Amino acid sequence: MVAGTGDIEMLILLALALAPQVVLEVTPDGPYRTIAAAVAAAPRSATVRVAAGVWREPTIEITEAITLEGMPGAVLDGEGERELLVVRGGGVIVRGFTFRNTGTTYSEDRAALHVDGAWGCLIEQNRFEETFFAIYLSRVEGCTVRDNLVVGTPGTESATGNAIHSWGSRNLRIERNDLRGHRDGIYLEFTRHATVHDNVSTGHFRYGLHFMYADSSTYARNRFVANGSGVAVMYSRGVVMHDNDFSGNRGPTAYGLLLKEITDAVLARNRFINNTTGILADGAERVEVRENRFESNGWAIRLLASTSGGRFLANTFVGNAFDVTVNGRGTLGVFKGNRWDSYRGWDLDADGTGDVAHYPVRFFALLVERAPVAMLLQRSLFVRVLDAAERVLPVLTPRGVVDEAPQMLRADRGGAE
Amino acid sequence: MNTILRLLVPAAREAVRGRWLLGLMIGLALLGELLLRFSGGGPTTLVSLLDVALILTPLAGLVIGTMQVHHAREVTELLLAQPIARGRLFIALYLGTALPLALALVIGLLAPFAWHGLLVGPDAWRIVALAAASGALALVTTAFAFIIALRADDRVRALGIALAVWLVAAVLWDGLILLIALGLGARPIEGPLLVMLAINPLDLARVLLLLGTDAAALLGYTGAVLQRTLGTDVGRLALGSALLLWLTVPPMVAARVFARKDF
Repeated sequence: MVAGTGDIEMLILLALALAPQVVLEVTPDGPYRTIAAAVAAAPRSATVRVAAGVWREPTIEITEAITLEGMPGAVLDGEGERELLVVRGGGVIVRGFTFRNTGTTYSEDRAALHVDGAWGCLIEQNRFEETFFAIYLSRVEGCTVRDNLVVGTPGTESATGNAIHSWGSRNLRIERNDLRGHRDGIYLEFTRHATVHDNVSTGHFRYGLHFMYADSSTYARNRFVANGSGVAVMYSRGVVMHDNDFSGNRGPTAYGLLLKEITDAVLARNRFINNTTGILADGAERVEVRENRFESNGWAIRLLASTSGGRFLANTFVGNAFDVTVNGRGTLGVFKGNRWDSYRGWDLDADGTGDVAHYPVRFFALLVERAPVAMLLQRSLFVRVLDAAERVLPVLTPRGVVDEAPQMLRADRGGAE
Repeated sequence: MNTILRLLVPAAREAVRGRWLLGLMIGLALLGELLLRFSGGGPTTLVSLLDVALILTPLAGLVIGTMQVHHAREVTELLLAQPIARGRLFIALYLGTALPLALALVIGLLAPFAWHGLLVGPDAWRIVALAAASGALALVTTAFAFIIALRADDRVRALGIALAVWLVAAVLWDGLILLIALGLGARPIEGPLLVMLAINPLDLARVLLLLGTDAAALLGYTGAVLQRTLGTDVGRLALGSALLLWLTVPPMVAARVFARKDF
């Protein structure tokens, strides 16, 4: 046909006008044969699309606001000796890659994906395998990390970094990531205004979640399960944690949630199940613990004397060896309207509130606090006698912690709610 | 062997006829059934049963064992006049009392779980371990009862001593341990305390069971304390052999007392 070529040119121009995005394809046969070449050539807001295959290149650095997109099966391999991708510019999107094999180093915080001094980035739907640090954010503003899967290498306990590590950043969103088998699942340091929700963080050698100097952040609907030392949060104010799962963290130094120097925090509707210690509060000030469920823990709540102004409202305690212990006789907080399966009071007017106050700290708990070996007598008849004596002689019961309005646990859902 | 069996069967039949065992078995089974039905069959069920079994078993062993020796006294004297070796007669008498008791406990504990189909599955070993520990405790405490009843001819006095022994083993011994723990809390005394626990078969059984049940793993710190000493194979072996010693030494002592007794 005579008019053919002109028509096609018109169509191409139209397409470009409708979709102004420039797409640079990286395949083994060109037009770009290395990711680095395509990234270097990409103008602002272009998309670099990387075909399936294993790509072994020197560390790639992005400084322009581009989208780097891996097609299914696109793998970046560090061959055990380098970082894979460093993002320095603003507005970068990294999506769809498998990052693999950074190797181990102790002289630097080597990360598969390192975002440094950038703003507004989006890191999503990537997979990280055998990485030292997986995602490392330093001095980052307003980045989103979501839907990534980070898998650790088995048997590398001393030789692994954190799955998601942030330092000196602000306004992060960390959502729906699945993090396994690193040192810490999520570690935020000097990071403010972070929103962390719907993540699963499990099987880490140290903490599922760890933060220090991370003020005004929110953690919701995450699952922190079976981590070596549980979750530890320190030196932060204005933290909100709600609807999270803190479960299966066992061991003498494992905590469902360790609060160290935490001020003005709210913990609501979380579940603490099967931990050696549900919450350990050390130097926590004005922490509100509301509507949480504590089940089958060794200690549900341990309060150290450095804690003050805590409010424990409407929580449920079921099947814990000790509901509350304190390492002193002072008043460490207000307890009100909680449900205790250890409550032996009654509710004659049937308004759902027990008629007599509940003192949740057992005398035996105090003894164990003084001599931990005494735990060996747990469930012995002597301790039962002690408990009975406590009921007859209230003078034995520590009075520092009292719930004036305990709620009745309904029998029909006493065990499993 | 044949002689032992021929003597054991009537002794056991005598023990069962006392109705105590039947009551114990049915009571335990009913309790288990109630717990399974009303507390959801979770770990709390097992822990409650553990409490009851650890209190009831030694009490039953000591009381029933003591009563049985006195009950069978005339028959024993009669049999001693026959050409039967004392050792065999003792074995028959002891096993004839201890085995039905142990069986009653084991069946009473396991029956409701079997009934609910909970004897298969990953958690089944916990209740089986509890039943086994109960059975072992029954054997140990019955041997003690025999020693007591053979040494104290007066029935009431023997029963009194048996109850006193129970009180010491079940309650006071632990009080002593607690006092020592509090007095020396800062020092590393886990080792000596574990020895003290092993000296008391009730404590031994309790600690072994706590190590096994979920509640124990939760003990957390206890876990840690125990882990350092018992988490090792050596520690477990030591506890196991302690239990074995308890199962063999008291019956041997009782046999010796029986052999030397001037009826």
